[in-house]
Amino acid sequence: MEQDWRQSRGSFLASFGPPAFWLTLFFLVPLAIIWAYSFGRNISMTEVAVTGTLSNYARIADPVYVSIFVKSIGYAALTTLLCLIIGFPVALAITFAPSRAKAWLLLLIMLPFWTNLLVRTYALMAVLRTEGYVNTVLGWIGIGPLPLLHNNFAVVLGLVYVNLPFLVLPLYAALDRLDRSLLEASLDLGAGHLRTIREIVVPLALPGILSGLLITFIPALGSYLTPDLLGGPDSQMIANVIERNFKRANDWPFGSALSFILMYLTFFAIAAQTLLAARRRKAGGEG
Amino acid sequence: MSRTSPPAPLDYLRRWPLRAWVAAVAFFLYAPLVTLILFSFNESRRNIVWTGFTVDWYMQVFQDDGLIEAFVNSLTIAAISTVLSVILGALVAVAVWRFRFPGKAAFEGLLALPIVVPEICMGVAMLVFFSRIMPWPADLPWPLDLGAITIAHVSFSFPFVAVIVRARLLSFNRELEEAARDLGASEWRVFLDVLVPHMRPALVAGALLAFTLSLDDFVITFFTSGPDTVTFPVKVYSMVRFSVTPEVNAASTLLILITVLLTAIGLKLQGKDIARAEGGA
Repeated sequence: MEQDWRQSRGSFLASFGPPAFWLTLFFLVPLAIIWAYSFGRNISMTEVAVTGTLSNYARIADPVYVSIFVKSIGYAALTTLLCLIIGFPVALAITFAPSRAKAWLLLLIMLPFWTNLLVRTYALMAVLRTEGYVNTVLGWIGIGPLPLLHNNFAVVLGLVYVNLPFLVLPLYAALDRLDRSLLEASLDLGAGHLRTIREIVVPLALPGILSGLLITFIPALGSYLTPDLLGGPDSQMIANVIERNFKRANDWPFGSALSFILMYLTFFAIAAQTLLAARRRKAGGEG
Repeated sequence: MSRTSPPAPLDYLRRWPLRAWVAAVAFFLYAPLVTLILFSFNESRRNIVWTGFTVDWYMQVFQDDGLIEAFVNSLTIAAISTVLSVILGALVAVAVWRFRFPGKAAFEGLLALPIVVPEICMGVAMLVFFSRIMPWPADLPWPLDLGAITIAHVSFSFPFVAVIVRARLLSFNRELEEAARDLGASEWRVFLDVLVPHMRPALVAGALLAFTLSLDDFVITFFTSGPDTVTFPVKVYSMVRFSVTPEVNAASTLLILITVLLTAIGLKLQGKDIARAEGGA
């Protein structure tokens, strides 16, 4: 049983106090400041006056910024979809592999996941550039060189490359929990593999699949490094615009407003997923 | 059972289309990394054609003071951040697991926030915090000058440690704690002699995760680092922006090597812990 905190104030304060203090001072306060800044304006190079103005948010309605938001959401959604298509068969193979092979396959997926993001992105740059080996191989068969780097194609490819393990691992976790006898029953009763997957595996594993999609979508939406290094001038995502406003344009209030819109989008995605999961659970309970 | 042939109905890995698919995905994931490692040993600077084996690029990396300094900074930050994250993460996990307190649900939501907030938002928040609210003195002796980066790393790492430790605490038998207390152990002794040994595997896993998260982080560090406090990813970023060079290949290979080593150590330690837990049961 959980204990009421008043029964043992000393222990409660000793265990709860330091982390709560840290979280407040070094996480909440910084976020609160940029939240306040998003309602302010620059009054000098180093000062921001919080005036309660909504002009920063109004500026985001400018078609230039709206299109960047639409593009970022589109890239993140496309990335998530591609990761699902590429990752689902892999997760399926891992789930039903013999235990030794399963451990190796999981390690195979985990290792790139643990590798530094910058190193992985850089490795892609080396492969895709004009003198890179994809173009060299294409050159041998008389194609190219194709412009593979510094464009939108490279950004989506890079996002899929870095985020794929994010989706395979939760998919595997979801599929691993399934009751195998249901799948065997479906196959015994004459349904094909594709039909079994469509009508048994996917509906049963849907909550896990949805949370996997969310886990992939959120980091993809806020990506900074991939569009920065692999993209061209027209492949900026929200994070790149935020960075520019803080580091180069020195328009912190506008950058803060952009940051909070990105955060609201993230929370919206989480809330939508939670709601969907809850509704499904309810429907399942009644049915 | 899986050795019987033809493949069992659910033995998807033994069906060739799936085998081919998994192999293709593995190629996609590993080919760029393997190429990078191979070409860090290539003599030729510009060409991608293999002209001969060399370790010159590694020599250059070891002679590059800026790169070495960034590397040492990264490891130092990761070490300090890991210690603090494990302590804070374990404390908060125990507090939430053990106590009922007003606003608990809200606090739990708050604790999950650093995990879901986009990195870029946290990065700019830290930038503003450390430049306007709590300016970190630039002229402090090493390693104190790394304080701002380390603080930021702890903020995004310790909630991950807390998640892992909480999952582990679910399997703890609360009666053990009560028995220890009935036998006269103080709160502190109960924590140290009963709870901590139970949490140990989670603490190890959490420490490895915190270390990797810190070593891996680019975006948040990019916004908190100053001209004199550069970490390895930030340094490599400034090198790769415009060109692909064998020195960067060599430096990246070293970082991959560290990752592989850490993963191996982690798997080994966890395997040991599992074996011990099973042996004890």
